[in-house]
Amino acid sequence: MKIDKTYEGSFHIVGGDFSRAGEASTELKTIMLSVGIEDEVVRRVAIATFEAEMNIIIYTPAGILRYSISPGEIRIIAEDMGPGIEDIELAMQKGYSTAPDWVREMGWGAGMGLPNMKKNADIFRIDSVVGEGTTVEMIIKP
Amino acid sequence: MKLKEIAEILSLKPLTPAEGPDLEREVSGAYVGDLLSDVMANSEDGNIWITLQTHVNIVAVATLKNLSAIVIVNGRMPESDTLDRAVSEDIPILLTGKSAFETAGKLYRILNARNLQG
Repeated sequence: MKIDKTYEGSFHIVGGDFSRAGEASTELKTIMLSVGIEDEVVRRVAIATFEAEMNIIIYTPAGILRYSISPGEIRIIAEDMGPGIEDIELAMQKGYSTAPDWVREMGWGAGMGLPNMKKNADIFRIDSVVGEGTTVEMIIKP
Repeated sequence: MKLKEIAEILSLKPLTPAEGPDLEREVSGAYVGDLLSDVMANSEDGNIWITLQTHVNIVAVATLKNLSAIVIVNGRMPESDTLDRAVSEDIPILLTGKSAFETAGKLYRILNARNLQG
């Protein structure tokens, strides 16, 4: 990676606001390209971040997406205010989703979000407390 | 192959205004899908996206994946906010009354023929 310092920032994401879906990921993509991150890494971060953003919008009242772009790795932390995931192992299975029908009709809620995040991240951690919230940490290395 | 040529051959109707996203961009291939996560995972730079989805999030997916255009099939019309966003994000939206199968089939044939010509 060409960069020689760390760029950090965060985005607030409002649950249920589908009209703004993708804004945070698109802005982060622009930032990554402007500091010279290579296309393949940008692509992986963008997919992983968009999925994290969608999960906050679909399932939670609100959340925050933090990023840290440093030499050697990009770290994304998506933290939301709930409702939390009861069975993480089940939620990680491809095709499993608790999304309501109207969300599925939009083409979301196919049970691909968390697997997509895991697939595009070199390190993927998820921690959830029912009634409190979920935190996803992803590290993507060039 | 240019989007403009493809639009003419397949009789796709550009819905974004002429002064908006231009149709001169190069098309690398296409991807068909109505599940947004699937399109995000499997579409490639410069692809045309053939779908029946019409809501505003399709523009965000196309933007994020650097897709060359969205083709909405079966005569469906995108919502007005989708169109507004497509103009501001520079993503052409084109319509067809044909199905995804027929649209993709014809496009596959055209792109293959063009590739064989080198």
